[in-house]
Amino acid sequence: MERFWKLLKSAPPTAIFGLLVIALYVFVALFAPVLAPYGESEIVGPEFLPRGEEGFILGTDNLGRDMLTRLIYGARNTIGIAFVTTCLAFLIGGVFGLVATTLGGWVDQLLGRMVDVLMAIPTLIFALLILTITGTSIPVLIVVIAVLDSTRVFRLARAVSMNIVVLDFVEAARLRGEGTWWIITREILPNSLPPLVAEFGLRFCFVFLFISALSFLGLGIKPPLADWASMVRDMRTLISFADPTPLLPAGAIALLTVGVNFVVDWFLHKTSGIRDEK
Amino acid sequence: MAKILKMVAQRLALGFLTLFVVSLIIFLGVELLPGDLAEAILGQAATPETVAAFRREVGLDLPPHTRYLDWLGGMLQGDFGRSLANQREISGLIGVRFANTLFLAATAAVIAVPLAVSLGVLAALYRNTLFDRAINVVTLTAISFPEFFVGYILILFLAVQANIFPSISNVSADLGFWEHVYRVMLPALTLTLVVVAHMMRMTRAAIINLLASPYIEMAMLKGISRSRIIIHHALPNALAPIINVIVINLAYLVVGVVVVEVVFAYPGLGQYFVDSVIKRDFPVVQACCLIFAATYILLNLTADVLSILSNPRLMHPK
Amino acid sequence: MRELNEYQQMLAAGKLTRRRFMQLATALGASTALATSMAGSALAATPKKGGTLRLGIGHGSTTDSLDPGTFENLYMQTVGGAVYNKLTEVAASGDIVPELAESWDVTPDAATWTFKLRQGVEFHNGKTMDSGDVIASINHHLGEDSKSAAKAILDPIAEVTADGKDTVVFKLKTGNADFPFILSDYHVAILPAKDGKLDPMSGVGNGGYMVESYEPGVRTALKRHPNYWKSDRAHFDGAEVLAILDVAARTNALTTGEIDAMDRVDLKTAHLLKRNRNIRIEEVSGTQHYTFAMRTDTDPFTDNHVRLALKYAIDREALVKTILRGHGVVGNDHPIGRSNRFHADDLEQRQYDPDKAKFHLKEAGLSSLKVDLSAADAAFPGAVDAAVLYKEHAAKAGIDINVVREPNDGYWSNVWLKKPWCAVYWGGRPTEDWMFSTAYAAGVPWNDTYWTHERFNQVLVQARAELDEAKRRQMYFELQKIVSDEGGVVVPMFANYVMGISTKLQHDKLGANWSMDGFRAIERWWFA
Repeated sequence: MERFWKLLKSAPPTAIFGLLVIALYVFVALFAPVLAPYGESEIVGPEFLPRGEEGFILGTDNLGRDMLTRLIYGARNTIGIAFVTTCLAFLIGGVFGLVATTLGGWVDQLLGRMVDVLMAIPTLIFALLILTITGTSIPVLIVVIAVLDSTRVFRLARAVSMNIVVLDFVEAARLRGEGTWWIITREILPNSLPPLVAEFGLRFCFVFLFISALSFLGLGIKPPLADWASMVRDMRTLISFADPTPLLPAGAIALLTVGVNFVVDWFLHKTSGIRDEK
Repeated sequence: MAKILKMVAQRLALGFLTLFVVSLIIFLGVELLPGDLAEAILGQAATPETVAAFRREVGLDLPPHTRYLDWLGGMLQGDFGRSLANQREISGLIGVRFANTLFLAATAAVIAVPLAVSLGVLAALYRNTLFDRAINVVTLTAISFPEFFVGYILILFLAVQANIFPSISNVSADLGFWEHVYRVMLPALTLTLVVVAHMMRMTRAAIINLLASPYIEMAMLKGISRSRIIIHHALPNALAPIINVIVINLAYLVVGVVVVEVVFAYPGLGQYFVDSVIKRDFPVVQACCLIFAATYILLNLTADVLSILSNPRLMHPK
Repeated sequence: MRELNEYQQMLAAGKLTRRRFMQLATALGASTALATSMAGSALAATPKKGGTLRLGIGHGSTTDSLDPGTFENLYMQTVGGAVYNKLTEVAASGDIVPELAESWDVTPDAATWTFKLRQGVEFHNGKTMDSGDVIASINHHLGEDSKSAAKAILDPIAEVTADGKDTVVFKLKTGNADFPFILSDYHVAILPAKDGKLDPMSGVGNGGYMVESYEPGVRTALKRHPNYWKSDRAHFDGAEVLAILDVAARTNALTTGEIDAMDRVDLKTAHLLKRNRNIRIEEVSGTQHYTFAMRTDTDPFTDNHVRLALKYAIDREALVKTILRGHGVVGNDHPIGRSNRFHADDLEQRQYDPDKAKFHLKEAGLSSLKVDLSAADAAFPGAVDAAVLYKEHAAKAGIDINVVREPNDGYWSNVWLKKPWCAVYWGGRPTEDWMFSTAYAAGVPWNDTYWTHERFNQVLVQARAELDEAKRRQMYFELQKIVSDEGGVVVPMFANYVMGISTKLQHDKLGANWSMDGFRAIERWWFA
């Protein structure tokens, strides 16, 4: 605990800001049902009330649902889906990446070529094709994006662990006759974690931007589930009339992305050992 | 040099293999799509009879492997085939679209790459100053908004309110070069905002990384000015990762811009692709996919060659 | 009717005084109201020539083609309206008027129609139209190998023959008093024939504009047909039709003046767009309607009490207000719109009544009901929202509607006609018979309620061949009542066609049969 506080104290203001933002979002996401004044898709008043009218702080949307409630539930859905997707992508990409380097030889070649093929097909288009085949549902959405995203993680994990595999202590473990799994989990993984964690932050942000692009093309998250990207999309015609309402969900996304990146920068800085004097 | 040529040849061969696998995957994907071209085109007007007639006419009644092999045969002779939906030559249609896509990507790259690299160098030069942080926050914020949102905001300010640029990129072949540039300015700026952050951050990181190496410290001890060190000593050695990230973003500018095309009604390849997927026009889907994949493979190859060329140690291995 | 139109043209050309026109019109049997409005529009309408019209259409796909048999979206329909003429035309008033046909005759059984063609009409390629072109154009949609979407509507034609160079005779399988309406359909364009065959992709027609360049799903450039036979139409020198699918992009283009008119205005922001002084919002209430179709061959919809319960469990006013933002009118559970000739005005409007819904549920022997309703925005814009609202309304009647969100893509092939209850869009048809025979007659392919009603089908066939208007009116009233009370369809609303138009543009009364002035905006409108 004490170490934690010490660490926090040493953090630059940007990182503290980032941590606060993340903490706030997680809190809102976890306690959405308690915080939100109404139910997620409950119709509570007339449609398109302006901000502040009839007790709706942020007004109501096109069906008369409370904007604030939708935003709060949006945190839950948007962050939840992006988090699960990113975790899955790292699980798939990370495991295959480490396996590829540890086993080497034809396994490495085969996995590498498969990833090449997947990466050669534009992600958005590929997702579009698959989602059209399977129909859009949240689990499918998560799996599809995770698989497509895992190719990038695979590359990174492979590149990072490649440098570690050739180091003496891994060689030593091999000579001791340790199993592949042991080598991966005990030797390679801990040593390749920092860049992977940094990448996690960035990937996490890309996931919901990607979902927003899919929603824009009509294949992302669907109503009545509230998510920020779809909210921006639904209100996009308002932008041309300089109505600031779409800024709320868009700003919510942006703030989180900035926050996460600040923390990632700090983390990279701490672990990479770059001396950043002055 | 011979080594490079050998690598290029190897990679090209692998590239062709990749393209083949991609075409197979896409074909299977299109086959698995629910419904087919006839139903998609006729929509609500589909009766069993017209659907059957449609299928007969465009050859959808043949078994899948026959259609794939026919297509592959034509492809190997450089024949993209015809669109099933309107019987037009695919090569002609795609040519125009692809030229548009490349034009937009090039315009965006011409703005974005120098901007990103110089911002990155400046950020490294003045790192941890207010300037560095401000650039960081601004670029991060720009990539944090969905692309279409950035596009609409630019339209609001630069087209609707200030009336500087047109809000839709209505381009055709008979436009002059500068008129063309003018009309794609807004989508190009949108894309610039989307890609600058990534490139700029990588440039900064690569340079800062090098600042810790002994030869730079040596130069510093010699009392050479910071800016001179960064531009003459660090930047050349940081080129490899920078080129890499630039190429990744160039690839994105070519293959990932469907959303921007929709927002600005720009007739690029992405929209054509999406339309064809929706209508299950498989020769077009195939052709677009191959072009995208080939672009990606070629750009990656270029990146590798450039990295080797820029790195004396790789050029002259011991 | 034709004489009346000619008088109107003479009035517009200054060859008649208003007073004389009124006398002639009333002598022909036109009501004073009709004559006044015709005189008004003729005098107000002093179209100017010139300019290039730029249209932004919210549809269009790279897979489109110029073959009228494949027209499936608003983009090609609007372009087609400028490039191609048909034998007949639905006027803005909703009446059928001659276009390429000069006049027609029908046998008393309404089964043999003889069309006399207009002479000296020139195609874009210089060829003069004759009966051979008409027959080839009709045959393009018929026959086993036809992949035309119009095959079904032209199916009643048994034989089409030429009687000389300027007369065409249609023999129908059964009598159809509305046959001239069918020939006005946007698919049934007349193209030049060569050796009895069309070149459907050529884009050569005899409409007011010829295709200068065509990029499917992007842009069509049109220029005026110098030898167009209509003197009072095709005022623009040329037109540029753009496919702008994104509604925000379309709105931006109209606001910044890059296009002169757009279709499908975003209803959410229509009131904001209206504030722009350079833009008019124009809307017409036509035949476009949204439905929730129940398969009457599937439980629980086999029981008419269940169907009635669901019909009473929807608040139509609320749907018009929320989903259409007021740009529409409530429906009465039948597909005939108020602009139709034989709309049953005296049929009582069904109201939202949870108690009556409960009553019918009880009659059906049920205490509660749980049903799935499939919807996607492909069905109609806002369909999912409409279903969600319906769920709220029905809950008050003890009916639990489970809204199933279906994918947009493939909706018409996988959901419509397959799922027991789903949201459906109908562009509407200009005549009662056409609408009923398309989707309500027993056994037709688009009978999406799988509904078979003996009396209905009997009267439908009788009405079709009946040439006496009063009798037909009565029959169609009965049909509307039957569908409303016993049909399998909930028709909550008729949606207006809402367009955004630059104030620089002028036009007469807008056609209500389709969007964009009956797809004729390019030919009918002009710059003030």
